[in-house]
Amino acid sequence: MNITLRVWRQANAQDEGRMVTYQVADVSPDMSFLEMLDLLNEDLTVKGEEPVAFDHDCREGICGMCGVVINGTAHGRGDSPVPTTTCQLHMRSFADGATIDVEPWRAGPFPVLKDLVVDRSAFDRIIQAGGFISANTGSAPDAHAAPVSKLKADRGFDAATCIGCGACVAACPNSSAMLFTAAKITHLAMLPQGQPERYTRVKSMVAQHDAEGFGNCTNIGECAAVCPKEIPLDTISQLNRDLIASLFKKDGK
Amino acid sequence: MAITGLALVAFLLMHMSGNLKMFISGEAFDHYAHWLKGEGDEGGILYPLIPQGWFIWIFRLGMMAVILLHIYSAVTLWRRAKIANPDTYVAKRRLAQTYSARTMRWGGIILLTGVIFHLLQFTVRATLFSGTADAAPHEMVLGEFSIWWMVVAYAIWMVAVCMHIRHGFWSAFTTLGANTSLKAQRVLNGCAWVIAILLYIGFMIMPVAVLTGVLN
Ligand code: HEM
Ligand code: SF4
Ligand code: FES
Repeated sequence: MNITLRVWRQANAQDEGRMVTYQVADVSPDMSFLEMLDLLNEDLTVKGEEPVAFDHDCREGICGMCGVVINGTAHGRGDSPVPTTTCQLHMRSFADGATIDVEPWRAGPFPVLKDLVVDRSAFDRIIQAGGFISANTGSAPDAHAAPVSKLKADRGFDAATCIGCGACVAACPNSSAMLFTAAKITHLAMLPQGQPERYTRVKSMVAQHDAEGFGNCTNIGECAAVCPKEIPLDTISQLNRDLIASLFKKDGK
Repeated sequence: MAITGLALVAFLLMHMSGNLKMFISGEAFDHYAHWLKGEGDEGGILYPLIPQGWFIWIFRLGMMAVILLHIYSAVTLWRRAKIANPDTYVAKRRLAQTYSARTMRWGGIILLTGVIFHLLQFTVRATLFSGTADAAPHEMVLGEFSIWWMVVAYAIWMVAVCMHIRHGFWSAFTTLGANTSLKAQRVLNGCAWVIAILLYIGFMIMPVAVLTGVLN
């Protein structure tokens, strides 16, 4: 396959940045999108040009490092019914001779560091605000000592699959990180370990979400459509429920 | 946003049922209008619980507060989104959002303009086009909706209102925590469609009946 790429190039955070067009020849349809970028970078390196910077790590869809906007959709899902991370998107999803636009996540709290790499440490600070349990877990409890219903376990585990990639923010017209925050809230709210801090957690995490400068959720649904882990919109309702309930708890906050 | 929005939906349902009294008779409609304002002999709504004529002003004050709070929340959301979202994608594709969801903000401004015009027309009676400023309420309604372009203007405005409610109703319930599953999401969106279509038909059927001469 031969591909025409239009890639966002930006030397550093201060640089203005621009789209630059490159030709990538001899792309195998079985390459992942990132391998195709590797191919481009090898070519650029041979020519003595600066390779395109992009984030990646596991390349198997589980770490959440990768993520660029491809032809206008975060992670490049496009028309496919299958949600994906950028690293799990394959070149067979594109036509030979296609022109592909590649841009970094765009959101105020995700400043571009270089080319396609953005700073997502705002997510880390939301987690630091309460996305953990601080109880000592001790040794494993006896089986069935703390029963968890199947429904809650499933919801908790499903929400826990969020990899923190930031696609939800990238796709949101409000640049809200509500799906990410809600995934973390739901994950811990469903499990017994999460209960002691449940209502202080939701207040702290939402406060940090807002302090980072993310927009507010207006239930549009773009986030869930691009989420590689299919985190559902109902996690956001779970967050809202807990937030409303937290207003009536005497917890000093 | 959600609570004030739902209060406005409730108001619209009440307003709609009031308008439909035109189908009973002009007198029934006038009686209802006077009853709200406490102008009838029997003292009107909530009399003698509260003094005659007070209800309408308490209600107007409440509506004013709801609308101002709704607009305040909307402006806050809009401002925060403007700061958060640089909106600089070269290529942008929408996967999930509906036209209604996308147009909540500018649509809201159209709604507000419509509300102001509507109040100047039927409450203040300053912009009546049929010279019925001193007539009974039902005569005023008959006069205004005998003008074809007035009915067209209302039909367009109500499309904007009902689109706003199509997204707003679902969004409000989600904000209040009612979207508990994919099924709940479908149910809420279904209800939003039903309410929006019900309001559209309920509001437009009377002006259309006046224009076509069914009501006179
Ligand atoms: C006709 C009366 C109105 C009704 C029944 C109504 C109803 C609603 C409802 C239920 C919501 C959703 C709340 C949520 O997102 O949780 C909403 C949102 C909103 N309304 Fe209204 N509204 C009305 C008038 C207005 C007016 C006059 C404005 C003028 C600016 C306005 C602007 C907005 C905006 C900007 C939003 C937020 C949109 C978003 O979620 O992005 N609305 N409305
Ligand atoms: S909710 Fe989905 S899109 Fe958002 S950070 Fe988690 S995995 Fe990524
Ligand atoms: S590189 Fe780990 S999810 Fe894509």
